[in-house]
Amino acid sequence: MMDTSKREEHWRRTKSLMVVTLTIWFIFSFVVHWFAAGLNSVTFAGWPLGFYMAAQGSEIVFVLTLFWFVRAQDKIDRDCGVAEEE
Amino acid sequence: MAGKFAGGSFIENLPKIYGMYTGGFLVFVLLMAILEQMGVGADTIGILFVAFTIVIYAGIGVLSRTMAVDAYYVAGRQVPAVFNGMATAADWMSGASFVAMAGGIYFGGHGYLAFVVGWTGGYILVASLMAPYLRKFGCYTVPDFIGTRYGGNLPRFLGVVVLAVASFTYVTAQINATGTIAARALQIPFEVGVWFGLLGILLCSMLGGMRAVTWTQVAQYIVLIIAYLVPVFWMSNKQGFGLIPQFVYGDAVQRITELETLHGLGTLDAVEGAKGGLRALSVPFATAGDSAMASWKFVTLVACMMMGTASLPHILMRYFTTPSVRAARQSVAWSLMFIFLLYFTAPALATFTKLQILDPNLATGIIGKPIESVLALEWIQKWAAVDFLQIIDANSDGILQLNEFFMRGDIVVLATPEIAGLPYVISGLVAAGGMAAAMSTADGLLLAIANALSHDLYYKIIDPEAETKKRLLVARVLLLGIGAAGAFVASLKLTSILGAVAWAFDFACSGLFFPIVLGIWWKRANRQGAIAGMAGGFLVGTWYLYMVRWGGMDPWIGIDHLRFGMIGMPVSLVLMVVVSLMTPEPDAETQAMVDEIRVPSGETVIDSSH
Repeated sequence: MMDTSKREEHWRRTKSLMVVTLTIWFIFSFVVHWFAAGLNSVTFAGWPLGFYMAAQGSEIVFVLTLFWFVRAQDKIDRDCGVAEEE
Repeated sequence: MAGKFAGGSFIENLPKIYGMYTGGFLVFVLLMAILEQMGVGADTIGILFVAFTIVIYAGIGVLSRTMAVDAYYVAGRQVPAVFNGMATAADWMSGASFVAMAGGIYFGGHGYLAFVVGWTGGYILVASLMAPYLRKFGCYTVPDFIGTRYGGNLPRFLGVVVLAVASFTYVTAQINATGTIAARALQIPFEVGVWFGLLGILLCSMLGGMRAVTWTQVAQYIVLIIAYLVPVFWMSNKQGFGLIPQFVYGDAVQRITELETLHGLGTLDAVEGAKGGLRALSVPFATAGDSAMASWKFVTLVACMMMGTASLPHILMRYFTTPSVRAARQSVAWSLMFIFLLYFTAPALATFTKLQILDPNLATGIIGKPIESVLALEWIQKWAAVDFLQIIDANSDGILQLNEFFMRGDIVVLATPEIAGLPYVISGLVAAGGMAAAMSTADGLLLAIANALSHDLYYKIIDPEAETKKRLLVARVLLLGIGAAGAFVASLKLTSILGAVAWAFDFACSGLFFPIVLGIWWKRANRQGAIAGMAGGFLVGTWYLYMVRWGGMDPWIGIDHLRFGMIGMPVSLVLMVVVSLMTPEPDAETQAMVDEIRVPSGETVIDSSH
């Protein structure tokens, strides 16, 4: 049985990472697109920005966020001694 | 022979095996191109493409046959993260994503992009809230988690019901798509094509369950992504749109907005009399609705598709097959990466197709041209003959206006190679890709339903004493039965592909999202709460769908039948929390189990050979 304080620290840090990840998710899933009409008056590399964010921008953010999340969670698992043996 | 697709050396050699497979497929494409140059007809090439790829998938399916429970349900839990990412991407991207998505964007413009955002962002929820924890849990199916976490047969049974309804809604659309493509490519009637498609699907999954489906899905991903990207890159370079079209179509989007004004979009009257399923362009492409209601409709659709993604059992169960919790997490990121490759190409494809049709300065432009010359075009004649497009000269001026040109959205993917004047071999490739997309999703869905019925309903509830041999026999009989039922429903042609696909996400999120998430993240969630949450969310959501779609009720604040998850989910959440808090907390053993799920290291929570 593993030491309880390490487990508590692991779950606390896991929860904060989840909150940060879902905040990024929320902004690029909902907030940005709520203001699509306004963003469309800005041009980004030729695109109307509101259209761009829906067609490509949010998706790129999602991919990058996930690879970052995987690394961050790995680090938490290792720091707290609960990572799996490879 | 079966050992070839099981042992450790097979896993180590995966990059080599699929590298050779990809090379072999490209050689096949080249061979077809040579045959075309030698004068072989387009029909023959189409048949060869579809038949050859199906034979390969079936071969992999047969080589992966197994009699082991672990291999049948979770591919022996040894699928490496990157390969599981490819398999998930194929599992995920349906015939609708492949064939209909670019067409949807073509017609729906910015509003339709809510699907693209929703069907990618959902993976953030899968990775951060669900997949790693379910992998640690060690279940075979999603209802297996619900049944064990909440205890008792009723939660497990409700989980099976929601899973079966959501997945079955989805699978008929996939079998429909395989039937459509098989019918077109092999030139057989649609009703026969549906059963032919089912035969291919079952050959991939019957003998080897999840193991066979995994290795065929990887093969299908490779075919479908090549088939989607090659025509777009080729067309873009041929038409001078740029080397990597996805990064340079911004100017084309702006040009379309100018052309829409030029052609009088929004000022023309709607023309009546088009054949079923055909539409004229009526919605501006890049313009987003400038009202709170337009924004609300966009984000509610995004929300339903995302929560649905994170609740669909055929996706979640793919992450049960990885060797570790860490690999499950990595695998979600790879899945999204592989899905992204297609999803960020679809808007580019829609843009270029639109530009080619609308721009009078391009040789391919048809709007504003004399109808006589348009009707002389080969691709117009070919697709008009099969009722995929239609021209009605409503004002009899002999010039084609925007409101006089009708087509089916599917054309954007299916006919763009021809519009741009690419060789026929590309059309054959596209047919093979669409087939791969529809087959791989159908396989995942059928397996999800059959596994839930055989493992959760039959083995866990009806006959817990059943022997391995009998369990696997029951699983296969169910697979066959459900597949046949799906093909039968598909052959009746009841719903359009899109309506059915969106509903599957709404059913799944209404019934399963909160019971799964709170089962992991809220120790206080108990059996009574889960029962209330699943049954309440699912029933109220279904009632709302019925009332809005068939009952003549006006949608509440813009929540139409595509978004009924917005009604089911809050009901599910509130019921689950309130009922849980009103009833005793789960016993110490259950709470300890939840603690165990949250830690990656150590054995799976339930016995691996349960």
